[in-house]
Amino acid sequence: MKDFAALYWRLDATTGTSGKLAALRDYFSAAPADDAACALHLLSGGKQSRAVSTTLLREWAAEAAGIPLWLLEECYAQVGDLAETLALVLPPPKADAAPGEAGLAAWIRTTIEPLRAADEPRKKEIVRDAWRRLHADERIVWHKLLTGGCRVGVSRTLVARALAEVAGIDPAVMTHRLMGGGIGSADDYRRLFSSEPGDADSQRPYPFFLASALDEPPESLGPVADWQAEWKWDGARGQVVRRGGACAVWTRGEELVSDSFPEIVAAAAALPDGIVLDGELLAVRADALLGFSALSRRIGRRRVTKKVLADVPCAFVAYDLLEEAGRDLRDQPLAERRRKLEALSLPAFPAPGATLQLSPRLAAATWAELAATRASARDRGVEGLMLKRLASAYGTGRTRGEWWKWKIEPLEIDAVLLYAQAGHGRRAGLHSDYTLGVWHEGRLVTVAKAYSGLTDAEIVEVDRIVRATTVGKHGPVRICSPTLVFQLAFEGVARSTRHKSGVAVRFPRIVRWRRDKQPEDAGSLADLFAMIDALPTPEPAT
Amino acid sequence: MADLLELTPQGLYCREGDFHVDPWRGVPRAIVTHAHADHARPGCDRYLCAARGTLVLRERVGGGAPIDTLRWGESLSINGVKVSLHPSGHVLGAAQVRLEHRGRVWVVSGDYKVCDAFEPVACDVFVTESTFGLPIYRWAGPDRVAAEINAWWRDNQAAGRTSVILAYALGKGQRIAAIVDPAIGPIVAHGAVMKMVRAYRDSGVRLPPIDGVPPRARRVGDGRALVIAPPSVAGSRWLRLFGEASVAPASGWMTVRGIRRRRGCERGFVLSDHADFPGLLGAIEATRARRVLVTHGASESLARLLCERGLDAAPLATRFTGERPPDDATDDEADEPHDVRAAVEEGV
Ligand SMILES: [Zn+2]
Ligand SMILES: [Zn+2]
Repeated sequence: MKDFAALYWRLDATTGTSGKLAALRDYFSAAPADDAACALHLLSGGKQSRAVSTTLLREWAAEAAGIPLWLLEECYAQVGDLAETLALVLPPPKADAAPGEAGLAAWIRTTIEPLRAADEPRKKEIVRDAWRRLHADERIVWHKLLTGGCRVGVSRTLVARALAEVAGIDPAVMTHRLMGGGIGSADDYRRLFSSEPGDADSQRPYPFFLASALDEPPESLGPVADWQAEWKWDGARGQVVRRGGACAVWTRGEELVSDSFPEIVAAAAALPDGIVLDGELLAVRADALLGFSALSRRIGRRRVTKKVLADVPCAFVAYDLLEEAGRDLRDQPLAERRRKLEALSLPAFPAPGATLQLSPRLAAATWAELAATRASARDRGVEGLMLKRLASAYGTGRTRGEWWKWKIEPLEIDAVLLYAQAGHGRRAGLHSDYTLGVWHEGRLVTVAKAYSGLTDAEIVEVDRIVRATTVGKHGPVRICSPTLVFQLAFEGVARSTRHKSGVAVRFPRIVRWRRDKQPEDAGSLADLFAMIDALPTPEPAT
Repeated sequence: MADLLELTPQGLYCREGDFHVDPWRGVPRAIVTHAHADHARPGCDRYLCAARGTLVLRERVGGGAPIDTLRWGESLSINGVKVSLHPSGHVLGAAQVRLEHRGRVWVVSGDYKVCDAFEPVACDVFVTESTFGLPIYRWAGPDRVAAEINAWWRDNQAAGRTSVILAYALGKGQRIAAIVDPAIGPIVAHGAVMKMVRAYRDSGVRLPPIDGVPPRARRVGDGRALVIAPPSVAGSRWLRLFGEASVAPASGWMTVRGIRRRRGCERGFVLSDHADFPGLLGAIEATRARRVLVTHGASESLARLLCERGLDAAPLATRFTGERPPDDATDDEADEPHDVRAAVEEGV
């Protein structure tokens, strides 16, 4: 535990890539395999679950600290992180405590896993015993494990690089071995270091190649003929792996989601063996795109009921071919991969009834023509265009300059700050989570919650204004008299019965602080309804 | 019976004795607990402070107005109110003010730190600070903090980096100089800290050798020094004098990671001249006061807690700056004189 906590804090304190890499390398070269396997699971954002409710933890911590619960809540408001708050209010550990001697795996085995099945008194006993043995820094990490929220700010690429360096193998090979998670045991972990290609690799996807947001005019990319343009789909990125007589569906989160998409698995069985397709999982009925929120009813579910299958039919729209006849094509130029992909003769979207479809290329002789195509994106229920250099290989991670997302401009409205709440982490204690409203019949009604998109200096300033204009408090939420106007951007807007205002905005975020505007100048609910009316209902994208 | 102290636009006022305690505006007669800027303001006609604190108070309020002094425990009658001063353990000469009138005893704590110097004073009404009045604030012993600073200083030296520690010019700066191991390397202080170092030495406090920064210096030290500077130098030109440097604030607020991170410092030392939460509760209990008025910082929650524990407690809305949220990057636990900023601009 001590070593993992030390790694956690070292990563937390280091901002540079090389420093983080060194921290990871040091940890993995010294850690026993069972601890390293657990650490790897956590570092790669693997699933965790809550072993005990935070309500109980708060109660027990307040009791152990000899303070009332409300005081613990006040501390939480100042600290901004529950795991840290609990660690700080608890009395220091026993002086004779031999804290983190046991490793991470042993801690998880003895203090976290047994909690799930234990009854409440037993839970409390285990937790209080652990508190007596851990120092504040270790407690924080342990609390995060306990509540299933142990996240570390390192990319998978970096973890893979560190492991590759420790193992002395090619980082690309390590990245591939790490795909799909599944490092559950010490043996799994040891296999990562094997010098031979493993057999467990058979259903693994390739690391996803990612696009960057295009912030320059497209003309800066050179001749339009060098580029392949496609729709930027509003679905989930995925790979369909068809190998060794089996099929698997993976998402970009490296999660195996075959069970959530049985129709795609079934359709993929018709593909020749040794094929890997890169593309998008889409919720689509006949030729109407149902959007990402519909898809989320499928993707998060382990078991998909008949009803959900019927309500949210899905298709896989392929835009790249990564493997053919068992041969890795990633080094070949996109133009060549595309030719081979088209040779598979999947029907091009929209192909009602087809589960595997081809993402069509959007032809254009000039950038202006493409811009006109892009302008129709919102009407079609897509997010804009993807631009991929025809000469590009399929890389790993994000290589600027090869693939671009050319998204449509977001919708915007000016909204007034109504409530503010203290943020977490770096923004602990600063009011940086905002609830914003627009006008309706002479009153301001809330329409969106947005985490700040402001600069650090602006956040501090807004925080001061929030404190000065607070007219009431609801727990940690401050009710402010309306003074601040922010420009709010969002990706979509729809009627909603679940929201009091009657509208739901999608991905709201603050673009800038409109110091030049007064609350009276803010937008209205009518403006939002007008935007909804201007959007056609999802219709065939042709 | 009316309260012995009341809140006026000028600050805490004793009507019976016709004087103020730590007023925030100029008044005819001010009793000053200590020389931090939120407690001691220039512009009063006449001051009273502890004898130990005379020189630092003079630094703060400038020349002119007379400063009367009392030795620890010595008493003086002002218009029939018996006034005495008792050590609060906060900074040099920091006092608690004890007022007694017709059998009623009030004590104003000023800022305090529970340590050997701190003297609990029994009273009926205790006006306490609460800068760190939340249970998350619990200080480690000074030896441990000193060991942490020494280790950090050595690590920086090994890497050829200057160690810059951000601390209040009055109190914290001198305390750090006193607890670190001067054998490790030279100690250098910013002009604002240096001024108070001189006042400390002139008051008889022994401190290790400390170098000032020569005016118009272009480069100071070779990465071996420990530099003590006020928090306001963070991010300033002045810091460039030292080349590559590791900057770490020393403050009670450094307990909270979010605050530390917001300062953009990879290191921070939890070192305060204020009482921690257990210290506050212990000190309040030791006064045996039935009524407690809470100033600074966590006044509302501390008052509520005390009420739940059977005391008559209420927050008192003073202008002592602990009330500022800790995100205020320029002033930390209290008290930075404005001339420090000027000094920074001048590169002194
Ligand atoms: Zn003070
Ligand atoms: Zn103060």
